[in-house]
Amino acid sequence: MSTAPSNPGDLPRPADEPREMTGAQMVWEAMLHEGVKVVFGHPGGAILPTYDALAPHEAAGRIHHVLVRHEQCAAHMADGYARATGQVGVCMATSGPGATNLVTGLATAQMDSVPMVAITGQVPTNLLGTDAFQESDVVGVTQPVTKHNYLVTDVEELPYVLKEAFYIARTGRPGVVLIDICKDVQNATGIFRYDFSVDLPGYEPWPEYSPEALQAAADLINRAERPLILAGHGVQLAGVSDRLVELVEKAEIPVVTTLLGVGDIPETHPLCLGMGGMHGEAYANRAIQSCDVLIALGMRFDDRITGRLDRFARQAKIIHFELDKAEVGKNVVPDVAVVGDLAQTLPALLPLIQERRHPVWIQEINEWRQDTQQTDILNFEVDELIPPYVIRQLWHAVKERGQDPIIVTDVGQHQMWESQYFIHERPGQLLTSGGLGTMGYAVPAAMGAQMAYRDRLVWAICGDGGFQMTLQELATLQQEKLQVKIGIINNGFLGMVRQWQQLFYSKRYVGTPVLSPDFVKLAEAYGIPALQVTRPEEVVPALRQAHETDGPFLIDFQVKEEVNVYPMVAPGAAVDELIRRPRPAIVQGYSGVQPSW
Amino acid sequence: MKYTLVAWMRDKPGVLNRVSGMLRRRNFNIDSLQVSHSETPGISRMTFVVDGDERVADQVIKQMRKLVDVTRVENITDKPAVLRELALIRVRTTPETRAEILQFADIYRAQIVDVALDSLVVQVVGSEDKVDSAIQLLENFGIIEMVRTGRVALLRGSAGRRNGRRSTAVWRARANGNP
Ligand SMILES: Cc1ncc(C[n+]2csc(CCOP(=O)(O)OP(=O)(O)O)c2C)c(N)n1
Repeated sequence: MSTAPSNPGDLPRPADEPREMTGAQMVWEAMLHEGVKVVFGHPGGAILPTYDALAPHEAAGRIHHVLVRHEQCAAHMADGYARATGQVGVCMATSGPGATNLVTGLATAQMDSVPMVAITGQVPTNLLGTDAFQESDVVGVTQPVTKHNYLVTDVEELPYVLKEAFYIARTGRPGVVLIDICKDVQNATGIFRYDFSVDLPGYEPWPEYSPEALQAAADLINRAERPLILAGHGVQLAGVSDRLVELVEKAEIPVVTTLLGVGDIPETHPLCLGMGGMHGEAYANRAIQSCDVLIALGMRFDDRITGRLDRFARQAKIIHFELDKAEVGKNVVPDVAVVGDLAQTLPALLPLIQERRHPVWIQEINEWRQDTQQTDILNFEVDELIPPYVIRQLWHAVKERGQDPIIVTDVGQHQMWESQYFIHERPGQLLTSGGLGTMGYAVPAAMGAQMAYRDRLVWAICGDGGFQMTLQELATLQQEKLQVKIGIINNGFLGMVRQWQQLFYSKRYVGTPVLSPDFVKLAEAYGIPALQVTRPEEVVPALRQAHETDGPFLIDFQVKEEVNVYPMVAPGAAVDELIRRPRPAIVQGYSGVQPSW
Repeated sequence: MKYTLVAWMRDKPGVLNRVSGMLRRRNFNIDSLQVSHSETPGISRMTFVVDGDERVADQVIKQMRKLVDVTRVENITDKPAVLRELALIRVRTTPETRAEILQFADIYRAQIVDVALDSLVVQVVGSEDKVDSAIQLLENFGIIEMVRTGRVALLRGSAGRRNGRRSTAVWRARANGNP
């Protein structure tokens, strides 16, 4: 987020006076006003007028259209672009199948509070409701997975809808807004204006915080002997990582993050305990269960972080800092709720907090941490290729390049290993589908992020299963000349599901062995250089080669098959009832003795 | 416990669908839901009754407020309010029962709104309990068909006067600016 996104063409200042134009032209005019530079989409009959009206803007380099190979990926790319830049990502599709293909990507973004505007074509107004060719009720279908949506049947409404949509998408808790525009509305002529302010009487994006609540929170924190911060995505959305570090250091409060909160505070910070929850480290989860004041910052107590709710942080008074009122009391009823934007509440909290040290508490946590580190998988000699090793080497290799990377993970075991073994030092370093857990997310989202920052190092880390869900986008990657690096943690299984089958279904591997093509040949078919890695000693040279190659690169890491992600809190268990990593005495040299890695 | 909530919303196409969709999706238990125009053109008023505990009611209110078209939500459960339902009940009559039914109708201050040789349509207006008990009574004579509204509610006295629309001027400047 430090450097400006690369911009194909300068942003012109669109004229402000109301002008006559077609609905299709209005769409692009509004985008210029909103500073949109890239749109990810796929054309079709019902959106054709709008595509046609893009021609002059594309020719002038003002707005660039990225043609995806499946609309789901248009939404994922817009999502990756939005997460990387903090700006509204835009995707576009035609009616019917085009729009329904978007749905997974919209739901993914909405669950993770990603600002996005989706534009879909709809059949002409006179055919609405007749089951016309490629008609589907897109507003109905997408209502539960969007922050708001619109069907536009009158061109005079269009400018208002467009402005409202962008406004709603990026304000308050960000989210997805979809605009479904009938084809005749795109062709119709009306007056375009953008010189008004949005009037939404019931929409309160930035609730003012209560100073009394803030004081109550500060009092609790100041009195705490065993305070703990649970930091989520909200910290990054509000851009307050620095403030968080200030708070942490001023009162010596350790921090556990959620998956989307990874990077809220540098994971090299001595007070950072990393991710908690289902695959969080034992010491992080023990800290949650033992703290006396839990300060939740911009997170929503998802079941993956809380485990069994009635046993969650039972000794703690809970303070919930949150922008979205509806999240307060939804899963966990806090003792103190500070509703408001963290960009305001955190700076206001700091002066109320006393300088404190908690040596006993910190010492205790450090002992737990030591205990984990002694059983840590990386302390063993690696004689087979195991995923945690690959991830840790990736971190070393990236570090060696001295670049600020963006790592985009897919969903499954590799996603958890990445969060455990990559050491994230900055907010925004990890992009991943946390709330919806959408397989197939990584490659397109990485491309979206790379569209925004063409020179940055972007890695997509996938499983062999998830990669095959959206691999058609390799063609888009080449068409756009993006330099995304792709690492496939290829274990021959839908690994995370296989792990559950191993642990909870007596090892009946139904529907989880997955056959893959030769990924190296596949990449070559797309003109992407690639390598296969089967031995630990090949990992580092392969990563170096990927980094030294201009343009994209793919590495197929053929890792040991039945390796499990530990620690693990079984679904429905409390977060301190976890399955630990096996001890070295039990598992020697990763020989497959049960329980295996 | 049953909570009576009132919500005001922009009268946009599909707004009822948005509200009912959200209630279904979030698994809230709704007893009744009644929508109509309000005194303000362009604003609809919805009265709905939620079954649950205080936490559920709190969540319903917050989730409703999150809907962009919903302008205001109020919990009037503990406030002095006029709560009314209406039922139209077609009751079977015989020459022997007719007088008795009319008598009961009178006690309930119900009106007879349609008369046929072998039936009457009774219109009962009142609280849920009153309508319930009228129906129970009339069942003894044989109910041929029946329709019943959900609850509508209005606060009593000065509590009912709406305080002015919340000012939108406090919206933060950053929200309105272009990125
Ligand atoms: C679209 C979608 N379908 C199904 C799932 C359920 N699921 C979660 S993890 C997983 C296995 C992923 O396998 P793979 O991509 O090979 O990654 P691994 O777990 O082996 O690292 C599955 C099927 C999902 N998250 N998303």
